[in-house]
Amino acid sequence: MKQGLFTIKCNRQVADKVYLMRLQGDASAFTRAGQFADIALEGRFLRRPFAATEWDDEGFSLLYKVVGEGTDQMKDLREGTVLDVLTGLGNGFDPSICRKSALIVCGGLGASPAFSLARQLVANGKKVSVILGFNCASEAVLAGEYESLGAEVTVATMDGSMGIRGLVTDAIDATGPEFDCFYTCGPKVMMKAVCEKLQVPGQASLEERMGCGCGICYGCTCRTAKGPRRVCADGPVFDKEDIIW
Amino acid sequence: MVTKVNLCGIPLANPVVPASGTFGFGTEMASVYDINVLGGISLKGTTLEERFGNECPRIAECPDGMINSVGLQNPGIDALVSEKVPQLRKIYNGAVIANISGFSIDEYEKCCARANGCPGIDIIEVNVSCPNVHGGGMAFGTSAEAAASVTAAVRKVCTKPLFIKLSPNVTDIVTIARACQDAGADGLTLINTILGMRIDIARRRTVTANRYGGFSGRAVFPVALRMVNQVAGECSIPVMGCGGVSCASDVIEMIMAGATAVQVGAENLRNPMVCKQIVEDLPAVMEKYGINDINEIRGIV
Repeated sequence: MKQGLFTIKCNRQVADKVYLMRLQGDASAFTRAGQFADIALEGRFLRRPFAATEWDDEGFSLLYKVVGEGTDQMKDLREGTVLDVLTGLGNGFDPSICRKSALIVCGGLGASPAFSLARQLVANGKKVSVILGFNCASEAVLAGEYESLGAEVTVATMDGSMGIRGLVTDAIDATGPEFDCFYTCGPKVMMKAVCEKLQVPGQASLEERMGCGCGICYGCTCRTAKGPRRVCADGPVFDKEDIIW
Repeated sequence: MVTKVNLCGIPLANPVVPASGTFGFGTEMASVYDINVLGGISLKGTTLEERFGNECPRIAECPDGMINSVGLQNPGIDALVSEKVPQLRKIYNGAVIANISGFSIDEYEKCCARANGCPGIDIIEVNVSCPNVHGGGMAFGTSAEAAASVTAAVRKVCTKPLFIKLSPNVTDIVTIARACQDAGADGLTLINTILGMRIDIARRRTVTANRYGGFSGRAVFPVALRMVNQVAGECSIPVMGCGGVSCASDVIEMIMAGATAVQVGAENLRNPMVCKQIVEDLPAVMEKYGINDINEIRGIV
């Protein structure tokens, strides 16, 4: 974990209620896809946690959806605004569980934390299939970006307005991807269905309301097969067999 | 510039102590900064047996503060004395404060006896004020008789400095503080969190899974300061001031109100570096107000 000041380079809407924020600063604390940042906002007591979509020597980017007062405030922040951010939080996905081919299954903004994972897996010579689930086409994000990485991308929408009509599990059945492991991030019910369906090693990124974001307050603890674990510091990524749904 | 304070014979390099429940077991932040800058560390509240705590959500944001209903999640006293404290002692030379909770006087006594026997622990802080558990915790801290009973029982098994952490959710904190002093406490920590609640209007239910929780953060500072001032004025034993402290000038206020050391709680959750920053800022703030020795201002207000 590192605390640092970041300058907003871009903060624009990319889908229905979804914004892309690009932050310039020292992002060296990020070492694994699936890690997150915790952003302090003026007038808000607690920070807001967001997964890093990608990072480089210049900074990092994240996607957020306007769901409450904090994200509503974020959408109006202008380029050049300086934010106090904790970076490199959480454990992130483990790319080493993939032998030859991986399936990445995401719902909604769950597409964000797995993006750098897909890039890394492709760079490591793995075959990567991606299923992205959304309610409708207007909420879809990152499909083109995943494709440009060289991943095989299938979009599923509940209303059929884009890609396959139905759930991500329907899309898995319809496309029959090849994989020896999977990674999933999205709504809990979706991840549960994915973890129960796929009989290969897999990891899921959990979400919980957080206090500190860095393991000192025990505000986001979940039950696992290995005992209580802090989602922020021991997770957010857990092996599927350890998760108690 | 003298920042050193003495807490019942335990020297602290400075009065700054992260409060129990806001700094894990001390080791979590060691990879981020040198925790040896801290005068002391109050460890996560520990009970005799391991506890999961309350269901999530355990956190609710408030203006200038937050509510927590963690509910004393902890690995139990065995893990504290055999793993957590030895791990911390490998990297930390300051004062280690064990924070002990219980659901019966017998449990408090057993737990304190174990903590007393652990060489890495310098001070025992008994929490009779946790608002997040049923049938224990705060129930012992809201009557003078019950607080005195717990204090007397743990006093018998504690040779180390014994602090009692008091609840602000009472009509007259001074009476309870005096009862603890008379029952053998060496010091008092105050305040614990203020019982509060938040409602999620759209979902028509409370924000935290546990209906009520403990309110803390900057908003409670004036209440905490007032109670520290009342208790320090009426008791002869040292007070660790706690509640809403977020900067070095708050530390000065707490000490002027009568505190010997000052705990920093919820602010750690929004800024995990805050204790280090307070320690670094303290000499400059002292200089600004013409204070050469932090001890010279204690209780002057």
